[in-house]
Amino acid sequence: MLEQEYDAFLGKYFRIERFPHIWCPGCGLGTATQALIRAIDKSGIDPNTIMIVSGIGCTGRAAGYLNFDSFHVLHGRAIPFAVGLKLANPKLNVIVFSGDGDLFAIGGNHFIHAARRNNDILVICVNNFNYGMTGGQLGPTSPLDSSTTTSPYGNIEPSFNLPWLAASSGATYVARWTVLHMRQLINTILEALQRKGFRFIEILAPCPVNFGRRNDLPEGIDELKMYQKYSTVVNFADPRIAEIKWESEIIVGKFVDAEKPTYEERMTNLIEKVKGGRSG
Amino acid sequence: MSVQANQSISYVSGNIALVEGAIKAGCRFYAGYPITPSTEIAEAFARRMPQIGGIFIQMEDEIGSIAAVLGASWTGAKSMTATSGPGFSLMMEHVGLAVMLETPCVIVDVQRGGPSTGLPTLPAQSDVMQAKWGSHGSYEIIAISPNSPNEAFLHSIKAFNLSEQYRVPVIILMDESVAHMYEKVRIPRDDEITVMNRRIPLDKEHYLPFKPDENLVPPMAIAGMGFRFHVTGLTHDERGYPAATREAQDKFVKRLADKIRKNAEKVWEVEQFCIDDAEVAVVSFGITSRSSLRAIRMAREEGIKAGLIRLVTIWPFPDKIMRDVAKKVKGFVVAEMNYGQIFYEVERCSNGKQVILAENLGGEASTADEILGKIREAK
Repeated sequence: MLEQEYDAFLGKYFRIERFPHIWCPGCGLGTATQALIRAIDKSGIDPNTIMIVSGIGCTGRAAGYLNFDSFHVLHGRAIPFAVGLKLANPKLNVIVFSGDGDLFAIGGNHFIHAARRNNDILVICVNNFNYGMTGGQLGPTSPLDSSTTTSPYGNIEPSFNLPWLAASSGATYVARWTVLHMRQLINTILEALQRKGFRFIEILAPCPVNFGRRNDLPEGIDELKMYQKYSTVVNFADPRIAEIKWESEIIVGKFVDAEKPTYEERMTNLIEKVKGGRSG
Repeated sequence: MSVQANQSISYVSGNIALVEGAIKAGCRFYAGYPITPSTEIAEAFARRMPQIGGIFIQMEDEIGSIAAVLGASWTGAKSMTATSGPGFSLMMEHVGLAVMLETPCVIVDVQRGGPSTGLPTLPAQSDVMQAKWGSHGSYEIIAISPNSPNEAFLHSIKAFNLSEQYRVPVIILMDESVAHMYEKVRIPRDDEITVMNRRIPLDKEHYLPFKPDENLVPPMAIAGMGFRFHVTGLTHDERGYPAATREAQDKFVKRLADKIRKNAEKVWEVEQFCIDDAEVAVVSFGITSRSSLRAIRMAREEGIKAGLIRLVTIWPFPDKIMRDVAKKVKGFVVAEMNYGQIFYEVERCSNGKQVILAENLGGEASTADEILGKIREAK
């Protein structure tokens, strides 16, 4: 892409009047949001139907930069807000784009229930292993033994294995990539946009300023090298083996790609049965 | 007039009447979580919504319920939830978000005894201050208090109308007694009902999501129509973009409150009984206003000139009306099912006149006799 074309491309999908953004040097969020807009661009979906819903945190700020109808809502509550949006207007393509602490600590209950119902939304979690915006605290995905400002002697809590959590809760599409796997990530988001049901993509992304520097990964590139060293692409791996541990294999790829009736389809059928069609 | 129109009288509970009123107002999205004594509202919506092509979803908790309601509202759907004290507490952070995003929605709080789990099946009116102050920050909401099933029907419509008009969460503060009371409800004909809808912007290109009109209320875009708007719970400017300065905070948060404060006299509704010559004014609302009405009649039989100010809308508080009454009466009795909440609002407007609390911590409705006792004290 020529520079001018690239600027026009960015201008189409980002609110560039809001730049510079707040993300730190070496952060993976620029790459993750780029992957998202490239996938949306390739999908041919009418951008006016794309809804971005984010919670609170560094990833939560994405909603403010992406040039779609976008909602920066409460900490942990992006999923139920998105559930309401989609259910009230099934024509919308609703994407939740939020962080690991937001979606899996304070918002964990909403995640498992939306997955169980098979609400027709795409949930993208940028996992940087910590609470970045508040300065690097322990989160539900911080690996065991990792050092954070609230685990200064090492984390004694086991972390969530997100692909397994999503799959066992009922998600119809589950994948994980790192921001190093840009091409695969774009293709995966594109594929997920073409599926229906509760779809989940985990994106590992560096947070050098708050997580990396306390864990021997002081620059963004150091964490990318860690991804390169430890990640193994396996398609349809058993998600039970996807737990992330220090200095051991990180399974990336697609874990689940299944078809099940969505909650919205069941709702439409229910209304057909009782009444004979939805209103409006 | 058809025969059927004349026969539109039902004998239903407050909870059921409220649901039918909401449907008349155009409510087509309900998200909720079961909790006594509001559960019949969820059950009735679960039955009714599919019949009319609307959505009922039972969420995983009250936080999810109100979040889904706000999401649905941005698609243009009139949306609501219902709960009771503990669930209302869980919803508080989203009340603030609804205020900040100026998202129309109706929240029903069927009040029961508190704090905490309190008296799940028994009445109280102890969430009055929570309705106004429960979320953090300086803001204003609207709260309405029906005192009969017939009013539960009408107030349901009123709540949606106010919510759409001012883009603010409207809280129906019902009490368990009214919610579970069965009475005659007259269902008005459609041509007797006024239904109001939010203003939708016409100009996509120059649309500023938070630029207010002369009533201080901005028109509201509908998701998916190409406005490409952004909304955030952060303090924001007219574009909807975060603005973390004292000036932006002052301008925006003041407008959020002022759109209610400056329109308060259009919003509030008060019923007055025998106030003109009254020496003692009873102030009450909800179920307690019915006991109070009987109490002032009993007082008049004893020769005490008592009157009643019944708050139909509780918030914004009709302080001007209260101050006018304070000029005329010797004192006030505030009858409410708590340990003093509206009491302090009345005291604030009492112009130094005596204010006596006829308290009732909840469990059973106040009797006319106990309120009469306080009227005698105030004489």
